[in-house]
Amino acid sequence: MTMSDQTIDTSEKPEFYLTEDHHPENSTNLGFWLYLMSDCLIFAVLFATHGVLGRNYAAGPSPADLFDLPIVALNTSMLLLSSITYGFAMLQMERNAKAETLFWLAVTGLFGAAFIGLELYEFIHLIHEGAGPTRSAFLSSFFTLVGTHGLHVTFGIIWLITLMVQVSMHGLVEANRRRLMCLSMFWHFLDVVWIGVFSFVYLLGVLG
Amino acid sequence: MSSQAPAHEDAHEAHHGHSHGHQAGHGTFRSYMAGFALSVVLTAIPFWLVMAGVFASPLVTAVLVMAIGAIQIVVHMVFFLHMNPRSEGGWTMMALIFTIIIVAIALSGSLWVMHHLNTNMMPMSPEMMKNMP
Repeated sequence: MTMSDQTIDTSEKPEFYLTEDHHPENSTNLGFWLYLMSDCLIFAVLFATHGVLGRNYAAGPSPADLFDLPIVALNTSMLLLSSITYGFAMLQMERNAKAETLFWLAVTGLFGAAFIGLELYEFIHLIHEGAGPTRSAFLSSFFTLVGTHGLHVTFGIIWLITLMVQVSMHGLVEANRRRLMCLSMFWHFLDVVWIGVFSFVYLLGVLG
Repeated sequence: MSSQAPAHEDAHEAHHGHSHGHQAGHGTFRSYMAGFALSVVLTAIPFWLVMAGVFASPLVTAVLVMAIGAIQIVVHMVFFLHMNPRSEGGWTMMALIFTIIIVAIALSGSLWVMHHLNTNMMPMSPEMMKNMP
């Protein structure tokens, strides 16, 4: 009786380890998702800050005086285009096409760089007009929120370049696929945050 | 012990899905293009509403802009982030719901508390304002 029990135990043990063997790969996605959710909380707090301080102009310029909506629209389209080109890179990765994946990653990086360039142009323009982050509570919260998003995109571009080097050196191996998958989530997440920024900060700000 | 077998199968299935590049249900060219087309439309409408001044009332425009923004966020979640209730055995959805609750509490709580403070503060005269530190 006890003998047979023991044999059942040992026969089931390898199955248990096999299950665990697959586990780390899946948990990366979930873990990265949890990171994105905590990042979401950072942005939520910055949005709340802007919601509270966004009308305190300290007798300074208001959003209607400062924001150039055509540039914001161009900026938004850059980020939107970079999102779809990253999607194309993921589709090429699924087809195991290394050169095409690298091409679409490069296009994504260029759109991301265009986004950052336009945002920096806007920031420099604002600071030259005397509407820097120290001018009013509205501008402090604006620069903090939009600047934090811009920093995320900047680090996303650095991550993207790193992954392009990794893919060109080692190919589309399992580890690189996992990394590309994480960056994909990060990139699309930043696009989701940008929807909140252009709706809440720019459009509602200009409405007054 | 009998629960081990399905768990193993699940893990294997998830692994199979992952090797195709996605956590659960991978995107296709059509789904990416559908998401892109939807988000272009959902971006263009609020910009048009504000820039062309379609509605005289700013409140109507503001409500529409925020509503369309919320719809666009859902579109991005579904078509680009491939959210569905089944991925990772429902844990990503759980984490998302938890985050939404926390975000809702943080946002509405801050706005409410600060509005409350603002309306109940002693009114300031311009002279007091001038002598503020």
